[in-house]
Amino acid sequence: MTSGPTTALFDYAPAPEAIGIAPIANSYDLFIGGQFVPPVAGGRLATVNPATEQILTEVGLADAADVDRAVKAARRAQEGWARMRGRDRGKLLFRIARLMAERSRELAVLETLDNGKPIRESRDVDIPLACAHVFYHAGWADKLGYAGLGANPRPLGVAAQVIPWNFPLLMLAWKIAPALATGNTVVLKPAETTPLTALRFAEICQQADLPPGVVNILTGGPQTGAALISHPGIDKVAFTGSTEVGRSIQRTLAGRVPVTLELGGKGANIIFEDAPIDQAVEGIVEGIFFNQGAVCCAGSRLLVAEPIVEVVVEALQRRLATLRLGDPMDKNTDIGAINSPDQLARITSLVAAGVAEGAACWTSPAPLPERGYWCAPTVFTGVHQTHRIAREEIFGPVLSVLTFRTPAEALAKANDTTYGLAAGVWTEKGSRILAIAEGLHAGVVWANTYNRFDPSSPFGGVKESGYGREGGPQGLAGYVHAD
Amino acid sequence: MAVSTWQPILAPVPDAAPTPAGLIALHPGYAPFAGATLAEDPAATPSNAALTASLRGLPAVDAVGVERRAAALASRSIKTTAKAQGISLAVSMIDLTTLEGSDTPGKVRSLCRKAVLPDPADPALGPVAAVCVYPDLVATAVTALAGSPVHVASVATAFPAGRASLRVRCADTADALAAGATEIDMVIDRGAFLAGDYATVAAHIAEVKRLCGGVHLKVILETGELATYDNVRRAAWLSMLAGADVIKTSTGKVAPAATLPVTLVMLEAVRDYHALTGRRVGVKAAGGIRTTKDALRYLVLVNEIAGPDWLTPAGFRFGASALLNDLLMQRRRLTLGSYVSPRDVSVD
Repeated sequence: MTSGPTTALFDYAPAPEAIGIAPIANSYDLFIGGQFVPPVAGGRLATVNPATEQILTEVGLADAADVDRAVKAARRAQEGWARMRGRDRGKLLFRIARLMAERSRELAVLETLDNGKPIRESRDVDIPLACAHVFYHAGWADKLGYAGLGANPRPLGVAAQVIPWNFPLLMLAWKIAPALATGNTVVLKPAETTPLTALRFAEICQQADLPPGVVNILTGGPQTGAALISHPGIDKVAFTGSTEVGRSIQRTLAGRVPVTLELGGKGANIIFEDAPIDQAVEGIVEGIFFNQGAVCCAGSRLLVAEPIVEVVVEALQRRLATLRLGDPMDKNTDIGAINSPDQLARITSLVAAGVAEGAACWTSPAPLPERGYWCAPTVFTGVHQTHRIAREEIFGPVLSVLTFRTPAEALAKANDTTYGLAAGVWTEKGSRILAIAEGLHAGVVWANTYNRFDPSSPFGGVKESGYGREGGPQGLAGYVHAD
Repeated sequence: MAVSTWQPILAPVPDAAPTPAGLIALHPGYAPFAGATLAEDPAATPSNAALTASLRGLPAVDAVGVERRAAALASRSIKTTAKAQGISLAVSMIDLTTLEGSDTPGKVRSLCRKAVLPDPADPALGPVAAVCVYPDLVATAVTALAGSPVHVASVATAFPAGRASLRVRCADTADALAAGATEIDMVIDRGAFLAGDYATVAAHIAEVKRLCGGVHLKVILETGELATYDNVRRAAWLSMLAGADVIKTSTGKVAPAATLPVTLVMLEAVRDYHALTGRRVGVKAAGGIRTTKDALRYLVLVNEIAGPDWLTPAGFRFGASALLNDLLMQRRRLTLGSYVSPRDVSVD
């Protein structure tokens, strides 16, 4: 930050994380049946560092034939995996979790290179949480009879799992850990733009001596995902991503196999008059600028009590001016790059819509690097319920500020959305937290905090944010027969 | 691949600095704080009921949130040139302190020598901001520091407990001033504060500030005894209202002494008070800060919470003794490229 002559007294020098710890090969194959094998048709897909626009490497582009091989490998492995004693499955999962923890720096560097998120977040949030999810579910593997899912919960079989680019390894852990703990085998497709940590996870599975075929990783594009979920050999689909794709998955499957969907959101972060203002401002920042706003549960609609809206917006702008935007590998960077040009274009068009509809736009004064895909933190004030920026998921560092007069109006506005994933409540009054949480139509409600996750706490949405839960015993339910 | 085309739609709007009147309109709890300090205008002293209403009207502090924010800032990576800048800055902010029953003129004189020239092998470094002693040793320090820019700070007002009458507390302060102290570190009456008698706390501070006149007054909140962050914020505002030039975390005699979250809350208070009144109050973190790593974390906090304008010896101080030697060792490590032993720096 350079904002005045006195800053020169204490200017943070660049503190880049060493990238040598995460070597990247020139090319990666698909992971099927415990081996890395080239795609049948030989298709390849480049993956790019969004902060520099440089190509990192190329990965296999799986098509229907590869999907078929992977599903068959998972099927062959499934019976033995399910018959294995729970404590032995647990032992393997613990081993994987330990290896992930041991290689956490490598995974963090890889995640940041491929995704564009700041190393601070991949190092302190993504990777530790991913490890925690595997550790947590490893513990369930020999205790399934006590999860409240019947005396002897049986696995569904082969799970087809499709995950997004915003938290590549974390979403992988959310999907794979409960599936494996309950005796399912998986075919997982990482997002087109962020395949690298999933491939590194495949190496970890090899290192851990996981039986071949229990985990299969297919890199590729939307066609790969479509081929996977429409394959007749699968017994379960778990998807995290956009509501639009979630709908089409549901149409394709038409009830043929069980599905869990974790889709979009337009989270309301509600600030009451008696809120702890400084911490609420931090919560707002974490709610919408964490991971460049590419978080399905982001607190993208800020609902502030009218008497304090000016104080809050002023404090928020002051705080945003201190956010350090730039090289994601720098340990002091707060805001990294947007994952892809497509996503940047979507954010830009919605910001333009906000301006066109008459909301007041403020952007952080942080200068943007010349190369790469960047979006400065943006705050819209004077936003109304009818504005597109108050209704559509932007999935970027863009906050819409609305106001309310009474708790009832706060609830009505918070619930006035097609989504229902997450919400936040900020007040010193405990009884009000409980009352508002009761009235919110959202799968997750945070009180006096935002964007906090734990493997023992089920996560998921209502309404068009999807169904099914991930984490906790509730998350196991999506992978076993309900008897 | 296309180069990024994202541009801000509108030019960034510069923050309009809020006027005091505007702030009060938005947050009436601030009203009593906006005028003259109580030291300047004793007649303005509000009733205890009015003070209580104002202090309780300040926005609350969420303990989980403030600790999380402090932990996040503590993970900043300060290396190479930034570390070198931070080290010399930290040295210039130290109140080199000895507050023991066993203090002697000899001990104080060697501390003063160290304060003026912390590292004889590195004359470009230093001096520190001040030497901090008990009132009876002020004269020794004044003589030892004559002709140097180093201030002589004295603890006073029945330090560290403050459990004495206002008359005794003032006499203690007057002694230190008479001996030539240029800074006074007073303690607040924590008993009165915890009993809700804010008016007494404020009156004592105002009285001591009047005695001090132009001499810098640091008001020690002893946050380890106030226990909650809400109390820390209220005590900070109360001290500033009464006339404190600096608010200070601790005496160093009570655990916990300075912590990052407590200092963060105090830095928010001086930042907001400055926005309201235009008067810049400093912060002093004292007790338990022993390493360069700790010191750099405090500087990051100052930089990102109060802002770079507080990164001066007037804006921020460290009350410490062991810290200086660690800063010297880290500075030598940066210059020499290898670690040095504690044997290579003087004891005091």
